[in-house]
Amino acid sequence: MNFERSEDHAMLADMFGRFLQETSTPERRNDTAWTAPFFDQTAWSEMVKLGILGAFVSEDLGGLGGSAEDVSVVFEEIGRALSTDPYLGTLMGLRLLAESGETDLVKQIMAGARRPAFAVFEPEISQDLSLIGTVADEDGKLTGRKSSVYGAPGADLLLIAARNDQGLGLYLIEDVTSVQVLAAPMQDGGGIADLLLEGTQARPLKAASEERIEDVLDLGRIALCAEAVGAMDALVSMTTDYLKQRKQFGRNIASFQALQHRIVDMTMWVEQARSITIRAVASYGTGDQRRHTSMAKNLIGRAAELCAEEAIQLHGGIGMTWEYPGAHYAKRLIMLDHQLGGRHDHAMRLIAMKKENAA
Amino acid sequence: MNLDYSDTEQAFQAEVRAFLAENLPNDLVAKTSSGRELTKEDIERWHAILNARGWLAATWPEEYGGTGWTVVERHIFAEECALAGAPRLLSFGLAMLGPVLIRYGTDEQKAEYLPRILDGRDWWCQGFSEPGAGSDLASLKTRAERDGDHYVINGQKTWTTLGQHANRIFCLVRTSQTAKPQEGISFVLVDLDTPGIEMRPIRLIDGSHEVNEVFFTDVRVPVANIVGAENEGWTVAKYLLTHERTNIAGVGFSARDLDRYHQMATDVRRDGVSLAEHPLYAAQAVELEADLEALRVANLRALARTRDSAASGIDSSLMKIRGTQVRQGILSLYRSALGHAAAPDAESLSDNQIALPPEATRAAPVYFNNRKLSIYGGSNEIQRNIVAKTLFRD
Ligand SMILES: Cc1cc2nc3c(=O)[nH]c(=O)nc-3n(C[C@H](O)[C@H](O)[C@H](O)COP(=O)(O)OP(=O)(O)OC[C@H]3O[C@@H](n4cnc5c(N)ncnc54)[C@H](O)[C@@H]3O)c2cc1C
Repeated sequence: MNFERSEDHAMLADMFGRFLQETSTPERRNDTAWTAPFFDQTAWSEMVKLGILGAFVSEDLGGLGGSAEDVSVVFEEIGRALSTDPYLGTLMGLRLLAESGETDLVKQIMAGARRPAFAVFEPEISQDLSLIGTVADEDGKLTGRKSSVYGAPGADLLLIAARNDQGLGLYLIEDVTSVQVLAAPMQDGGGIADLLLEGTQARPLKAASEERIEDVLDLGRIALCAEAVGAMDALVSMTTDYLKQRKQFGRNIASFQALQHRIVDMTMWVEQARSITIRAVASYGTGDQRRHTSMAKNLIGRAAELCAEEAIQLHGGIGMTWEYPGAHYAKRLIMLDHQLGGRHDHAMRLIAMKKENAA
Repeated sequence: MNLDYSDTEQAFQAEVRAFLAENLPNDLVAKTSSGRELTKEDIERWHAILNARGWLAATWPEEYGGTGWTVVERHIFAEECALAGAPRLLSFGLAMLGPVLIRYGTDEQKAEYLPRILDGRDWWCQGFSEPGAGSDLASLKTRAERDGDHYVINGQKTWTTLGQHANRIFCLVRTSQTAKPQEGISFVLVDLDTPGIEMRPIRLIDGSHEVNEVFFTDVRVPVANIVGAENEGWTVAKYLLTHERTNIAGVGFSARDLDRYHQMATDVRRDGVSLAEHPLYAAQAVELEADLEALRVANLRALARTRDSAASGIDSSLMKIRGTQVRQGILSLYRSALGHAAAPDAESLSDNQIALPPEATRAAPVYFNNRKLSIYGGSNEIQRNIVAKTLFRD
């Protein structure tokens, strides 16, 4: 048993953390996160040059490893710095392209020449892959509507999950101008889009199966959990600091025991959130992957909500303002539960797994 | 035991319902039921409709143009309005300053200001909080120094709700440096056109412009604008803050929001199930219904105690805490149940075409905005302190 980070991971976290501290500032977020293409293109290029995307890719393809732990180290820093740039879509797209043997595209993405996004869910489908309605004909023409495509605005490779006569297939659109991309910012910043496919020509990819797509989604979920841990950790520190400096009734409000206890509970939940994320990271690629990932996403949904709501409350009016960075951390922590399945979706998935096992 | 309204109360309820069915504009209902922000004109229009019927100032005596209603009638009116989707009334003139003037104002002040609140010529805002004085309001620093027939005001107020629409502000200011901070405060009426006042917007977490900062630099205000005696503003403010208690639990608003939830849950499907049939959301919704029913009866019990004039000091604090918890719980469920559909900020793009159920676009902003409920009006922690003080008093 050893919960220490390896030296490589500590260095990666430190280097990336410092980079984000400089580039992911409230001012830059305000300028970029809610205006098309909803991310900071300059910072993104610099990040690519630093080689961070290597953490998402195995060594034989020129990456740093691409283990769930590598991914979680990067995403924890993303959460801590509240970056809204399109890491999640890039992660999922890279993985599927790598598994499909699209080595050239993988290298181009790692060099910053291209950026992928992955379209799987639909307006009324956010979890159950068996219900996907987008169809592919035998010539690879796609028809349907995709929703919740993270990072799609400005992406130039679109991976699409679509049904064909063998089951669930995976397709690549390299000419994104052939697709209608309906873009918007997310509530907490960053790009999201619907895609309209009307007989759009695409190329089938090899990594096509419900299993593999679910695996990549699980990795995305773990990434979101790690992001939440980073954001929660930062927010609890900010809240603690605020209580120490805010004076009312002639003393620091940190002196009120009622408030101290609330910070204690938040701290407790951060540790639980970190622990369940470590569990999910360690189980990735094993028989426990699905169960532990859903446990993590469920628990994180609850812990993140508690930390976000308490942080706003304990700050008083300040916590309600756009200008205060803590409010945006709180917002991110709430909205995280609206990506790749929320706590209730994952509770349902766990219940379904139990039923399957019993049968 | 009898939970029903009396015959006269029931007749009153029917009258209110009929009035609302006839007079509440559909476009305002559409706005409130989708959680969109109301404009100044929206609020003024609804005020004018109620004023024409003589139903605007629920808490004022009839001689001042109020309704003269009993506490139960006020409760019925507030609940029916909320359920019908009526806009929230602007409390600053109607529920705060009006009663204060009626109790502490001079005859001139009453004659000057009360009619202007009713007919909409004045839009008041509340200048109590300061950057350094929130929960500890008595530590406020904005100074008013006497200079002949005037006070000269210097300082800053903040969190001024809808100040951008207002032409007047009532303020708590320090008129004397005393050992006990409460004793040197005065309550003063200020015209926002007076030179030296600057109002700046504060953007809230949901992006809305609802509150402001107000800066005072050498603002000259006639001495006649003080309400109550000099240095006795704390008594006036306490009266103001504890006066309007009947609607503190916000039962009507919660009931309306829960209705909206049920409607949305029936209409929206995700992953092959209607949200209304999703076991986890459905369980939460029925629990909230139980919570709301308990709150409704607890509120009526508190109301009956007030009516029979044995009002307990802790009732309103407990109602405030529980009322905000229930309302926030409903808005949280509403947001959460929409799942991925609540994520896009579809409103910020005029040409947005993302496919969302219409209810989804405002779910997250409304949820975030209403985190304020447990912070303002005396935070829930401060309310707990008040209750604890009473419960543990020896
Ligand atoms: C949307 C909004 C609208 C508002 N509108 C108005 C308005 O129109 N006019 C106006 O004058 N004011 C207004 N307010 C201000 C509001 O009344 C204050 O925000 C509130 O009193 C809390 O003060 P604060 O924000 O300074 O928080 P603080 O007082 O600094 O409190 C911070 C935290 O400490 C807790 N705390 C403080 N003291 C204690 C204690 N003794 N024991 C335990 N916990 C404690 C609080 O509960 C809170 O959780 C508004 C606020 C908001 C958010």
